[in-house]
This record gives sequence, C-alpha cells and structure tokens, in this order.
Amino acid sequence: MTGTYLGMPAFPAVPDLPAFPAAAREAVRDEVLRANLRHATHTIRDKRARAVAELADWDRLRAAGKAVKDHTLRHLDRYLLQLEEAVTAAGGTVHWAADADEANRIVTELVRATGEREVVKVKSMATQEIGLNEALEAAGIAAYETDLAELIVQLGHDRPSHILVPAIHRNRAEIRDVFRAEMAGWGRPAPEPLGDDPRELAEAARLHLREKFLRAKVAVSGANFMVAETGTMVVLESEGNGRMCLTLPETLISVVGIEKVVPTFRDLEIFLQTLPRSSTAERMNPYTTMWTGLGPSRGADGDGPTAFHLVLLDNGRTDTLADETGRQALRCIRCSACLNVCPVYERAGGHAYGSVYPGPIGAILSPQLRGTRSAIDASLPYASTLCGACYEVCPVAIDIPEVLVHLRERVAQGGPVTRAGVRVTLRPADGHTAERAAMRAARLLLDHPGALRAGERLLARARRLAPRRLPGAGRAWTDSRELPTVAAQSFRDWWDRERSNPR
Amino acid sequence: MRAALFVTCVNDALYPGTGIAVVRLLERLGVGVDFPKAQSCCGQPQYNTGYRHETEPLVRRTARAFAEHEYVVTPSGSCAAMIREHYPRIGRKAAAEGRGNELAEAAATLAPRVYELTEFLVDVLGVTDVGAYFPHTVTYHPSCHGLRGLGLGDRPRRLLAAVKGLDLVELPGAEECCGFGGTFALKNPDVSTAMGTDKITAAAGTGAQVLCGADNSCLAHLDGLLRRADSPLRTLHLAEILAATEEEPLS
Ligand code: SF4
Repeated sequence: MTGTYLGMPAFPAVPDLPAFPAAAREAVRDEVLRANLRHATHTIRDKRARAVAELADWDRLRAAGKAVKDHTLRHLDRYLLQLEEAVTAAGGTVHWAADADEANRIVTELVRATGEREVVKVKSMATQEIGLNEALEAAGIAAYETDLAELIVQLGHDRPSHILVPAIHRNRAEIRDVFRAEMAGWGRPAPEPLGDDPRELAEAARLHLREKFLRAKVAVSGANFMVAETGTMVVLESEGNGRMCLTLPETLISVVGIEKVVPTFRDLEIFLQTLPRSSTAERMNPYTTMWTGLGPSRGADGDGPTAFHLVLLDNGRTDTLADETGRQALRCIRCSACLNVCPVYERAGGHAYGSVYPGPIGAILSPQLRGTRSAIDASLPYASTLCGACYEVCPVAIDIPEVLVHLRERVAQGGPVTRAGVRVTLRPADGHTAERAAMRAARLLLDHPGALRAGERLLARARRLAPRRLPGAGRAWTDSRELPTVAAQSFRDWWDRERSNPR
Repeated sequence: MRAALFVTCVNDALYPGTGIAVVRLLERLGVGVDFPKAQSCCGQPQYNTGYRHETEPLVRRTARAFAEHEYVVTPSGSCAAMIREHYPRIGRKAAAEGRGNELAEAAATLAPRVYELTEFLVDVLGVTDVGAYFPHTVTYHPSCHGLRGLGLGDRPRRLLAAVKGLDLVELPGAEECCGFGGTFALKNPDVSTAMGTDKITAAAGTGAQVLCGADNSCLAHLDGLLRRADSPLRTLHLAEILAATEEEPLS
C-alpha cells in the first residue's frame, strides 16, 4: 500500500528539539566542554588504533561481523522466533513491543506485578531510547542507574552524550560537585570530604550503589547480543555493577532491540574480539555476563533471579530494515568508535544530536527510527562533512557516509519510505524550497557550458565589487571566512587563448 | 601519451591557476593534454546535499565529454572520488527506479579511466620526481576524499618530498577533516569554522610558509580562515608546486 505521508506524527513521537546547527553552535562556544571532549576522544582514539593494529586479521573479523549481521537481518523473523522458543524453553518469558509506549507499558506492568516501587538498571540504550525511566517515574517507580557514568548523568539531571561514556562531557570537578549535591537525595550521601580523584569518586559511587544492589528486588537491563540457537543473553560492561544487577535481584527484565540477535553461540567469537577493541581499546572485555532463561541452576537454589522477562523492541527497526541502503545501520554493535573519531562530534558534543544515539551512528539511526519530520531529525543527515573517518573505524563496516547522503535525499527530495509497516511516499522536508531551487538553477547552468562560461565572465568582471560580507545564505561563509578571490579569466578562457584545440 | 584534463568547476572559475599548472606539468612530462569543452561540474554539490536527481544530467554530461579518452586526469580528490565511487551508485539507482541502464553503463565505462593527479603521476607515469623546484617550507593537508575515498596514501607526500629545495614538514593531526565538507560549510558554519580553525592553527604551528593540498575546495575554506586571521601562511594546490621549476618559478 502506498500513500502520501501527510502528518500525524503519532509514530513515533517527534522530538521538539532545536536543529543540529543551532544546538551545535552553543556547544562549540563552550570551551570547557570542547576541552573535555577533545581530551577524551583523542585519548581513546589513539588507544583503539593500537589495540586494533595488534590483530593481523582485523579486516577479516570486520568482514565476518558484517556478514553475520547482514545474514541475521535478512532472516530476522526466523531468528527471532527461534530465540523466543529457546528463551521460553529455558524458563524465560518473551514479550513483543512494537513501539516505545508498548515496551514501557509492558515493563511497568511487570514491575507492578512484583509489588516493588524501585528497580536497579544496567546501562541500556534501548531503555533510554524509549524513555523508560520517565515512564516508570510517572507510574511511581524509581529507576536507579548503576553504571558509573549513567549514575553521574542521572544524579546531574543531565542527558547522556556518548554511547559508552554517557558523562564524557563532564570533567572530574564537575562530577564531584554533582555527587556532593545530589547523592543524599537518592540514598547514601557522598562521603565527606570528597575530592576529585577518580578513585575517590569511584569509591563514593560504589558505596552509594552497594546499598541499592542489596535492596533491589527487580532489575532492568539491555543486552549487547542475544543468541537465537540457545536463547542466551550477553551483556558486556567494565565495572561489574551490571553483573550485580543481573544476579542479585529476584526479577530480571531485559529490554532489547530486535536487531541484537545473532544466530549461533559461535558468532560471538567475532564480536567479543571486535567490540572491546573498538569501544574501550581493551583486548578482552572486563565483565561479560551471559545467562540463558533461568537456566537449570537458577532460581531453584536461590542463585540468580527467579523470573526472567525479555522484551523485544521494534520501535522503528522493522521499518528501517525495509530500506535497502539504510538498513545497514542495524548492524551497529554500539561500540562508539565512530563517535570517538568524528571531528563533528568532537566539536558539537553529544547533546546536539538530540538522541541517546549521538555522533555518526546517531545521525543515521535517529532519522530512521524516528522519521525525518522533526527539525532535529531533518538536520541530522547534514551533521557531517562526509569525511569517512566513521566508516573507516566501524567494526561492522557500516558505510555511514553512504547512508547520510541517502537520508539527505529523503529530506531534500522526499521519496519512498516505510512507516509502521506501510510503504508511503514522503514529501520533501520543510525549508528546502529555496535550496532546491538553487540546486536546480546551478545544475541548469552547469549543464550548459555556454551559459556557464557567460556566468564565469560576469563573475570575473564583477570581481572588484566582491563584498567582504555576503547577505542571506552567504553570510554563513563570510561571517568567519574571506571569500575566494575571483580570477581575472577562467581556465576555459586561458585554454582558448593558449592551447585552443579543435574539440 | 595523451590525457584529458577534467579541470572541475571550482578550478575553472576560481582557481584557473591549478588547471594551468596541470597542463604545464603534464606537458613537461611528455603527456599531450586535451580539454574537452563539453565538461562541466561533476555534480558533487547536488549529490552530497541530497539532490540525486539533479545530479544525473551532470553524470551523463561528464561521461559523454570524456567518452573517447583513455586517461582522464583531475586535480581534485573529491571530484575523482565522486566519479569513481558515486557515479556507479547513481547509475544503479536510476536503473532500480526503472529509468534504464544507460546511466549505469556510462558510469561503469567512465569510472576506471579517471585518475586523481597524484595517482596519474605515480601509478601511470611512474614518476615521483617531476623535476620541480620550490624553495619553501611546506606542510601538506590530505583532504578526506583523497585520503579515505581514493586511498591516495603517501603519493602526494612522496611527490612533494622529491621537489628540489622544498622542505616538507609534517602537519599534526593531518588526517583530520578540515571542516569544509561542501554545503556543510554553509549548513553548519560554527562547527565547520571550529574544525578549520584547529587545522590552520596546527598548520601555522609547523612553521611552514605554505599549506599545500590537492583539493581547492578545502583550500578555499582554509584560505578564507587564514586571510580573515591575517595569517602570513598561504595555501597552494599541489599541482602548482609540482609545476614550478627553476626556469619558471611560481610567481
Ligand atoms: S556505527 Fe559502527 S563504529 Fe559506530 S557505534 Fe555502531 S558499530 Fe561502532
């Protein structure tokens, strides 16, 4: 079925955020933020390069990761059903959520059924994507983040700005201030006195969190991978806090995007090599936790949760899968290597991207999961110079520049797209009328060398009138840069005078 | 040997000196140069901004203009990458949209014949010492499309290192994008300027007199920032350095 997509932003909610250039402008002027980001991203990018260079077969691992993900996505329906069967057989319960609202409703009801009013959380992008914490709060349930960086973000009433290091935009002194001011309101207060030494800060967080782990009866997690053949969930983290969430509470609820499935246990071999090296520049991930349903020994002997629920989240993923060029974004394993090498991310910071998925991957994922109707989503495909550094580092070889250009086309020219399973034709986004006219005029000129030449001569004659500052769209150039000086004669004119040939 | 020059629209109108330098350089190396007049822009501004349909006539025009040439040489990494990487993609999409195979075929026959200048010199002509003379301190910025799109590697640096009198100094963070990015420079001027400013600061810090590149669009952005900052550092296209000799020095 096709139709023209006219509005009704019901699926999914359209964020009311400023477009990327405006949000980035603020960040670029924030010297502290830029210094924090520069330091963090440059340190990790050098370490990553060294860790990757250690493996002689990196290119083959990268190709294998891409191939496994592509194969899985092609047969996603089959592998998800296999996964459901395996999880159920192992004592877990599988729930299917088409969108954020449905997922939030399912989790809220599951928590309510336990009679608890608080949950501990392992860092999970999927639950941030759907705004689970807010939904739980509205239902009177407190959700405590237990990843150190997530804790900093949550205590600071802040938003995450990086996939792996959500508080990357904060420095140590800022973190200490947040701990001092906010910890008491959430549980155990920060120790007095508290310095800004990383070890002191980590210890303060450890003491604060320990209380929560020991008290919590319900935990919410995401997962890095789900294995279809065995029903195994895999969580990678660096602190061990996640492992406590996954083993101490009685009820464990995992919310996972449907694209995280891999066919066999053996496939993990690839990603357990590429993910840690790409993300934290480690040879091996510090804490890799795997569980399969309730398992034979779980529950019965009081070890581990007695109930396990898996919420499989779509939220725009099936629609993204329907797009031949754009679907490669679903290969992403959220390593954040593309953020760390991106020169735009480094200056603009993660908040400018208006999503839990910032940086290059965010620029192609958000406008696909959410659609391109909002100002922020229509601007994200343009938040790149197409320099290609992200493609070069991506461990599953997502050609991010290709998808960016593809999405620019969707924004500028409109075209076919799948929304909520329905094939529709998008109109061009608002605000591109003048640009479209200019592109067309330029093309007409460029496609007529006679006219082009006349234009060049006009330009050359007017060269002495060239203003230092241009009005309108040209201001974006001349506010900070001089214009190129126009040559007295074009190359064509020189050629005709000096080399004229009969062609 | 003969080669056709694809001068690119930016060089034609704003930097004719680059095209002239390529002609002089190739002729000095014994290559006859043709300039097919029907050529125009490669369509990069349209394509990269999201106007693929507006790009198609330019793909057709470029393919037709160079239909008879075994070698097409261009002094722009991004335009070469556009033709080699994206023309086939545009052709395939046109075919998939039911508009025939003509564009895909035109792209497929053109793409492998297009060479960025340094590729042509090093790979086809087999030279790294082109007999140039340029007694200045130079630092080189490898533009992204040449670096990552085409994989030019150290070809430009090898050519520069062989220039008599030239003192080549390394640019810290050379592989980082300068922030031009076509319409990015206009759509995200603040980030673009921040990136370019870091680039010119790094370049000025090398003590070089000249910031050299192989893509005039990036150089226009950097030069615009340098002049606004009243910096003595000047930008030059690689071709102009390679074209300079003791007998005919760069003015
Ligand atoms: S797009 Fe690639 S590099 Fe970026 S987070 Fe995903 S897997 Fe990592």
